[in-house]
Amino acid sequence: MDEKKDVLILAVESSCDETAAAVVKNGREVLSNIISSQIALHTLYGGVVPEIASRKHIEKINQVIETALAEAGVTLIDIDAVGVTYGPGLVGALLVGVAEAKAIAYAAKKPLIGVHHIEGHIAANYIEHKELEPPFLCLVVSGGHTHLVRVEDYGRFKILGRTRDDAAGEAFDKVARAIGLGYPGGPKIDKVSKEGDPDAVLFPRAHVGDSPYDFSFSGVKSAVLNYINGCRMKGEEWNQADVAASFQKAVTDVLVENAMHAVREYGAEKFAIAGGVAANSALRGAMKEACEKQGIDFYYPSPVYCTDNAAMIGAAAYYEYLSGTRHGWDLNAVPNLKLGER
Amino acid sequence: MRILALDSSGLTASTAVVEWEGSETVTVAEYTVNYKKTHSQTLLPMLDEIVRMTELDLEELDGIAVAAGPGSFTGLRIGSATAKGLGLALGKPLIHIPTLEGLAYNLWGTDRVICPILDARRGQVYTGIYEFRGGELTVLEDQTAVSIEELGEKLKSLGRPVIFLGDGVPVHRQALKERIMAGCDIIFAPANMNRQRAASVGSLAIQYYQKGKTETAAEHKPDYLRASQAERERAERERREQEGNKE
Repeated sequence: MDEKKDVLILAVESSCDETAAAVVKNGREVLSNIISSQIALHTLYGGVVPEIASRKHIEKINQVIETALAEAGVTLIDIDAVGVTYGPGLVGALLVGVAEAKAIAYAAKKPLIGVHHIEGHIAANYIEHKELEPPFLCLVVSGGHTHLVRVEDYGRFKILGRTRDDAAGEAFDKVARAIGLGYPGGPKIDKVSKEGDPDAVLFPRAHVGDSPYDFSFSGVKSAVLNYINGCRMKGEEWNQADVAASFQKAVTDVLVENAMHAVREYGAEKFAIAGGVAANSALRGAMKEACEKQGIDFYYPSPVYCTDNAAMIGAAAYYEYLSGTRHGWDLNAVPNLKLGER
Repeated sequence: MRILALDSSGLTASTAVVEWEGSETVTVAEYTVNYKKTHSQTLLPMLDEIVRMTELDLEELDGIAVAAGPGSFTGLRIGSATAKGLGLALGKPLIHIPTLEGLAYNLWGTDRVICPILDARRGQVYTGIYEFRGGELTVLEDQTAVSIEELGEKLKSLGRPVIFLGDGVPVHRQALKERIMAGCDIIFAPANMNRQRAASVGSLAIQYYQKGKTETAAEHKPDYLRASQAERERAERERREQEGNKE
């Protein structure tokens, strides 16, 4: 039998505030993973400013890609395909990565593969869990997304549930701002919660009546704001760590509950989490415990593969490459791209 | 010497291949489209078309020229990212052509003062003032963002005949003729030369290249001539706070 040739993907990601490039071998082995973060810059504005993000992307992108190639010890000649996030995300930010990746693929005469950002997050799990293969259930939680997904096969997804209002990470950011922690909210709430009592304040666990897998986080966010305002009006002290920990528990409880409901209904044997909020230690702990209780395998990426990165785009692009997905030179950024769409 | 040129700074998308043959500059191909599709969908397919049509080997290019601002922020970034990607993959230098210089070059040889104007919104135009002196494009006023009235004052102080062009013309033509420059000798360039054209960007780029004015693909970035709205508001807030502290 012929030895199977390795497939090297150069991947580019610029959908929000990280300019990232990676070289990934056979979808699972990361040869390089370069991320230029803009967090410090956006902190000045209390959140991501799209125009500033786009400007930073174009300043950094060549350097990031060149470093990714150099660290992997390869040149474009060795690359089999170029993968790039083309949605969902901030349109101006996406366009930088898309235009750049298209031009590189075109000039280097390599196939171009547009990748869905959420597919990338899900595929982040393949990098460190070589044994993980579909089908499995995956909860994708980030600043822009909250999706409960059944991964039926590589590149084939069924969305079971999604948020009706705020994404989980968005709720973290808003609450963090309200309780004086600032941006970015997720890591800050995670940290301060370790000092707080998660049962100090009982915030509501929202359930969406007609769909057992959908989420809603605007209610818990408002409850936190109301609680703080109530304390202020009564002249009472409130404890930042307790409020953070109680909010985090309320969000985590709902995520775990809906996820385990789906695990039982679909008879899933494997469950994974992905996305920036998947780096949250309380969520990881609670999911791990719930999966153990359920007797199923639990998978989660290292924090560096949870937040936006290009290695995960390379992992997803590899399976698209195998299934024959090729995009044309007219590939456009699609800011509201739906999961599973081509 | 062979240059690939791109301009997606405005509504028009344009790509060209321009060559210097030792005695004269030749446009090998030019493809210009002013239609509603986004540059992200059109620019690279247009480039591919002229490359195939002219059997161009990209490796034989000496540089990639791009109209690098001012203009639509997104349009500029599509052009710049395309040029940067090509430059990275081919290992070729980039040539940064100021958008308004590229436009002014459309009107090579005119005796008039050339004034390209782009609609910059917020009551302003992106503009510059140019003339041809001994066949060379000369900058009289560097490109900047000003109100059309302020531009009018500057042009009147020169006291010379003016030719306008650019996508700001339909917006300001009437005001220029009837009010701002009433009584002055002004004309407007016709359709074959009044919008961005990559052949002009490429021709100018050959001169830039010969003078050694190139940059690496990594260091290239667009020149927006304007900070982002968030940055402007933040600067304004800080200015007010500082004034408040002084009182």
